[in-house]
Amino acid sequence: MNVVNKPLASLDGKALMMGRPAYTDDFALPQSLVVKVLRSPHPFAKIVSIDCIEARALPGVATVLTHQDFKRIAFTRAGQGYPEPSPHDKFVLDAYVRYVGDEVAIVAAVDLQTAEAAVAAIRVQYELLPPVLDMETAVDNPSVLHPEPEACEMFPIGFEPKRNIAAGYKMNVGDVEAVLKTCEVVVKQTYHTTAQAHVAMETHAANAHFDHQNRLVIHATTQTPVHVRRIISQALEYPIANIRVIKPRVGGGFGGKQAIAAEIIVAAVAIKTGMPCRYVFTRKEVFEASYSRHPMKIEMTLGAMKDGTLKAIDCQVLSDTGAYGEHALTVFMVTGSKVLPLYNKVEAVRFAGTVVYTNHTPAGAFRGYGAIQGNFALESAIDELCVELQCDPLAFRRKNMMREGETSPIFAIMGEGTEGTAMTMDTCKLPFCVDRGAELCDWAHNHPRRIIAKNRVRAVGMAIAMQGSGIPLIDMAAATVKLNDDGFYNLLIGATDIGQKSDTILAQIAAEALGTTLDKIVVTSSDTDVTPFDTGAYASSTTYVSGNAVLKAATKMKETLIAEAAIVLGTTRDQVAFDGTTFVAETGRLSLKDLSNRLFYNHDQKQLSVTESFCGHKSPPPFMAGFATVEVDLETGEVELIDYASVVDCGTTINPKLAQGQVEGGIVQGIGMTLFEDPIYGKDGKTVNNDLLSYKIPTRLEIKKLTTEFAISYEESGPFGAKSVAEIGIDTPPAALANAIYSAVGVRIRTLPITPEKIWRGMQLRAGKQEESK
Amino acid sequence: MIVNVDVNGRLRSFDVLPGAFLLDVLREAGYTSVRRGCDSTSCGICTVLVDGKPVPSCSYLAIRAEGKKVTTVEGIPDEAARLARHFGEEGADQCGYCNPSLALAVYALKQINPGASDDEIRVWLVGNLCRCSGYQSQLVAIKRYLEERP
Repeated sequence: MNVVNKPLASLDGKALMMGRPAYTDDFALPQSLVVKVLRSPHPFAKIVSIDCIEARALPGVATVLTHQDFKRIAFTRAGQGYPEPSPHDKFVLDAYVRYVGDEVAIVAAVDLQTAEAAVAAIRVQYELLPPVLDMETAVDNPSVLHPEPEACEMFPIGFEPKRNIAAGYKMNVGDVEAVLKTCEVVVKQTYHTTAQAHVAMETHAANAHFDHQNRLVIHATTQTPVHVRRIISQALEYPIANIRVIKPRVGGGFGGKQAIAAEIIVAAVAIKTGMPCRYVFTRKEVFEASYSRHPMKIEMTLGAMKDGTLKAIDCQVLSDTGAYGEHALTVFMVTGSKVLPLYNKVEAVRFAGTVVYTNHTPAGAFRGYGAIQGNFALESAIDELCVELQCDPLAFRRKNMMREGETSPIFAIMGEGTEGTAMTMDTCKLPFCVDRGAELCDWAHNHPRRIIAKNRVRAVGMAIAMQGSGIPLIDMAAATVKLNDDGFYNLLIGATDIGQKSDTILAQIAAEALGTTLDKIVVTSSDTDVTPFDTGAYASSTTYVSGNAVLKAATKMKETLIAEAAIVLGTTRDQVAFDGTTFVAETGRLSLKDLSNRLFYNHDQKQLSVTESFCGHKSPPPFMAGFATVEVDLETGEVELIDYASVVDCGTTINPKLAQGQVEGGIVQGIGMTLFEDPIYGKDGKTVNNDLLSYKIPTRLEIKKLTTEFAISYEESGPFGAKSVAEIGIDTPPAALANAIYSAVGVRIRTLPITPEKIWRGMQLRAGKQEESK
Repeated sequence: MIVNVDVNGRLRSFDVLPGAFLLDVLREAGYTSVRRGCDSTSCGICTVLVDGKPVPSCSYLAIRAEGKKVTTVEGIPDEAARLARHFGEEGADQCGYCNPSLALAVYALKQINPGASDDEIRVWLVGNLCRCSGYQSQLVAIKRYLEERP
């Protein structure tokens, strides 16, 4: 391969470094109205009255919109395929507010100062309702978040709004209770994960204007342009053919920009006023009023025999979706479907749970998407079981984990809110990943612990993980390859580059298939008027699903070119060889440049353009093993991360350096969730740490060393052997770090984040118990 | 009120409100490379150089820049391109939103400490957050850039 599997520089890196206009707000028209939103200060309230007279009278105020200005249409902002597996429980504006940050009124004015003054001038009378602020008390709470008759499910998802249940599901393989009774060792523990914030560096933003054809043009920080177009049309009853959604460069997404946020607000303002407008979320708005990760309580029960055979897994989940049910069901299902198959040899496995509404900021899609929560519980519990069995964690995993050529019944049972898709693991290099990771962290020497100095121990801990490559039989991606004069190509893709550099790797796939170089591929993504359909950047779909569409389109373009060259050379297609620049046959030679110019200007003129689509029949999981090496201070409980070694099987890396970036970015985001990021809700339902001063993401100081390697692997169904790699990196740090810290100091932390305080308290408790037993 | 600032070697006069911050003034004047990442001087995305020193323009009053030299990444295109080449080789660029501010901060470091150690680079850039890269590839690229002689 000449282009694929090469660490080429990204297509846009240089221009972005040089500060070229590229991101959403860079494209707002200069005369745009500035949009601000009045947000609820209460977690749950009925709006009794809104007085906008003073606000509307301020000079420079173009419009003030309240729930009285919108027809009551229930929809979901989730940004998923249609029909969505998320409940339709949101209104553009409503007479009820359901979390601190919920939209009350929308203001548009000539400048920011006027817009802020208008927001401050709106007088709202609230009737406060008792909020539900604890997911444990949500079900059958007398306070019901969504009693409205419009709220509905598109198909059965276990939606019981009168009980505050957004979604529910259960499944079982075999009889878990019966098998557990036959097990010699049973471990049952409960784990808690947090409402992690995405913290993409670019906050959510959108702008809208009407173009020369009076069509509504929206630039937005979105991962899902075609879903944005559809949802806006539905919620505002505006003709979908009159909406154009353009995704420019996006400053990070991580799932937080899958659901819509600012888009529908600027669309509403533009439609109401006819004027261009722009809306940029403040960082506080992103924390309070976009989306978080679903916090979960996971009860994990494992049953095994003394010889180290894992026989049963029972996983019971309670998930908090906050005030609206975006991704409620599907994130929760992934907690089972992309976690439990790791141990596919069990006799029985059960998965069940409930996703509840609370008066918290809505949870939504976030890299890892349920798998990171489930992985923390399962991979922590596996190590806890190994302690009981006195078994080496590596040996236990080698004995019980998924291997190549095997399957799990879970794949056929659990899908994205529906039935799943049976599949066999054609590639699964987990054994290599575990062995190589153990070498990289010097497991033999460092496990379980080593005294480094007085009051300082070093230890290693590990976890294995799997993810997916798109949603089979649902996610579709299309790509268009268009020939230009002089012999270069346009690659038009609906796939949305949100900073993961998918434009570059998809161009690499096209260039490889066409036998050309990257400079001959001009990529456009994504513009709903210009680029073909693609469900968007989520579910680790782009490399595998969009990549396969690009491969099909480029391959067909090559065949089309050979057919045209054969006509010119007076021979048949099978007699023509094409190396990407020159057609060679016994009858003569022809350059691509000459063929292109001939087709455009001279003979038999035509535009060659190919569009191909791909929808996967399976979702081959990438796998990895993550190994954390930590040092813990025995006096303070402080953890220093010495190295995080990752060995990943994602098939062929289309661009090894960019794949490494995906893994390491995910690892550090996972480290953040495990050690630093501690989203706190006050008793009043407010997010306490809603800025980057008080919500700590990892800085450069905490990341001393990352070691990242890839297994040699070739997935036949993927483009040039590739699987996807966007999410797998984030899954292992919570369990690997928890396991390493347990090995270091004997303290098992089951509630994230793992702070020095929790470790210190655990050490004190342990010391006390040891004292007692003396 | 009018504030006179040398932006990237060109004298500019801006009519600003007394409370206006440099970030908003520069963006409105078309310097789109200067971007906002937070509201609390915590992320470094809005970094510009004032008389050669990195400052967060989101909290730097525009009137303080009177008579000073302000540099945005548009003012150091060759340096940005050099850093970009190393970022490209290491796959360190990802979403790119923080990259112009990082280029300015690293350029400023190169003026005073081109031989900076790994830890010195980490400390210098502790206020420049990145959520994409995991930092390590950026560290390698930044070291290569610092070591490079023009």
